[in-house]
Amino acid sequence: MSYGQTRALKGATFAVDEGELFGLIGPDGAGKTTLIRILASLLVPSGGSATMCGADVVRDYQAIRQMVGYMPGRFSLYQDLTVRENLEFFASVFGTTVEQNYRLIEDIYKMLEPFANRPAGKLSGGMKQKLALSCALIHKPKVLLLDEPTTGVDAVSRKEFWTMLRKLKNEGITMLVSTPYMDEAAQCDRIALIQNGDILQIVSPKQIVDSYAYDLFGIESKRPNAVIKALRADSRFQSSFLFGHEVHLSVEMRSIAVDAVERYLLENGIETIAVRRISPTIEDCFMSLMEHNNAIG
Amino acid sequence: MKRSNNSIWGFIRKEFFHIFRDKKTLLLIFGLPVAQLLLFGFVVTNEIKDAKIAVFDQSKDYLSLQLVNKLVSSGYFILSDNLSNASQIDEVLKAGKAQLVVSIQPNFAAEFQKQGVASVQLNADASEPNTASILTAYASAIISDFAAENSGMPQQTLVSVQSRMLYNPDLKSVFMFVPGTMALILMLITAMMTSISIAREKEMGTMEVLLVSPLKPWQIVLGKVFPYIGLGFANALLIIILGYFVFMLPMRGSMVLLLLVTLLFIILALSLGILISTVSKTQQVAMFLSMFALLLPTILLSGFIFPIENMPVPLQWLSLIMPPRWFISALKTIMIKGEGLAFVYKEILVMLGMTIAFLSLSIKKFKIRL
Repeated sequence: MSYGQTRALKGATFAVDEGELFGLIGPDGAGKTTLIRILASLLVPSGGSATMCGADVVRDYQAIRQMVGYMPGRFSLYQDLTVRENLEFFASVFGTTVEQNYRLIEDIYKMLEPFANRPAGKLSGGMKQKLALSCALIHKPKVLLLDEPTTGVDAVSRKEFWTMLRKLKNEGITMLVSTPYMDEAAQCDRIALIQNGDILQIVSPKQIVDSYAYDLFGIESKRPNAVIKALRADSRFQSSFLFGHEVHLSVEMRSIAVDAVERYLLENGIETIAVRRISPTIEDCFMSLMEHNNAIG
Repeated sequence: MKRSNNSIWGFIRKEFFHIFRDKKTLLLIFGLPVAQLLLFGFVVTNEIKDAKIAVFDQSKDYLSLQLVNKLVSSGYFILSDNLSNASQIDEVLKAGKAQLVVSIQPNFAAEFQKQGVASVQLNADASEPNTASILTAYASAIISDFAAENSGMPQQTLVSVQSRMLYNPDLKSVFMFVPGTMALILMLITAMMTSISIAREKEMGTMEVLLVSPLKPWQIVLGKVFPYIGLGFANALLIIILGYFVFMLPMRGSMVLLLLVTLLFIILALSLGILISTVSKTQQVAMFLSMFALLLPTILLSGFIFPIENMPVPLQWLSLIMPPRWFISALKTIMIKGEGLAFVYKEILVMLGMTIAFLSLSIKKFKIRL
């Protein structure tokens, strides 16, 4: 799939198992939305093919539209309709009623119930996402495609949202969720790391952490930017990134010790508060993968 | 089948929610026709009423006084000035004190009695050419009438043109403006509103969700169009009632036929609106397209304000593809001439053909994807 000269998606080959909660993780502009839109039958790929439950996303688009629940990245409900009216409208579009599948959305809708008569445009970000999810679920889809459902939502709502998705998994709904937040990857059964239109790796969250091939240090300092600058000047250090207030430094396995790092920084005139060995998070793994990929590409 | 019915009713219900919650637009939809009609009916008028004239009567005899009386009592003119010398003619016209000056020759009665011929000169302010020519025509008609009454010798009148204005003997411009305004309003409200409301779904991203649903294009289109048929029809009734009671527009033909033709035109305008929406991505584009593609041609090329017969031939051809032209023509035939189906079947067929063409084109152009 390409937009003008830019190819948004190059090589994306993956298979999602039935009932799986599959994460599509990558930075903005990686091609996540394009991929999801192709699966939702909204875009026709310039090459390649995709099927869902045996239905081709181009040829059998009508079958796809019967069984898919789709939640676009942008809030796409009727802002002037109330919560209840939105839900009823989407139920009617799919030829069903709210009552018929109420059980499926019960947990989510209970949180929305106090606002049932409020126009959707006047809800908070987290509430909007819950309503959008309810609307996407109301016809009991086999597959749920969620495009960045947690973008622009506060941390608590994000956590709640993932809890809801885990529950839906128990209902046997297959879910494909895209997100730019790497920490959310841990919530998925498997994840595909996507960058510049390529899928770098498909792994389970545990696998990706286990396969991390470096030693990792967390460095706390009052001048984290100076730390990164100093570390990047020496080729012994593989890579260094700022994670919150801490600098994460990766080096070849067993090539260097904690006190050696501390000493090196002190030689460069930087005092550190703490240097310690840490175990990698998904984000560390993704950063190293991306760097590796850039080096090749 | 039940399933698709449900979907459509749900859609129509939703569409009515949108319309009735948007109070400003709703006010516009029903305020606009009233305002437009009153404006066109009362302000934009080319009738002559109470035009100011000045009289330069050099004779001042019984006959000249009678002539002036006749002019003033016609209702078209009011006497603003009596002039005493010829140089004042230019003055009053320049100052705008009079639009027309009637100069009567000296010894008017005597000449008329003796030779059967007397002269009256009319000077009109032609900086407004239409008004000037209408004023002089009215005045000449009154004067020749007067001459014929007083000569008692009809054979003296060399040429006598007898014209009768049919259907609209008083040449009331309202008869022209009410059908025109109706076409304009229906076009604007139905076509513009539908095109904007479909474009809004695209702009707000809700179209994306509708597309990934089992709804078929024709269901989306029908759901969008249905409420506006109702609104358009309510509007048409409002205009007809206003025209009838406020402007005394005659209703000589069949009401049923009139309403059927109106309904057909509403559907035609809607199909045009849908076509516009299929090519516009945002509400703004839809609005501009409606303005330029609908409003201006309706006003300029439909015969609403400017008679089609007076246009250059290429523009006359162009006017053939303007939907309002056919509607206005049918409307006038039914309301004012009081004719039946036999005289408007051509208009009906043309409008029907246009509707089918626009609808099939829009369903074909309706994107089932992004």
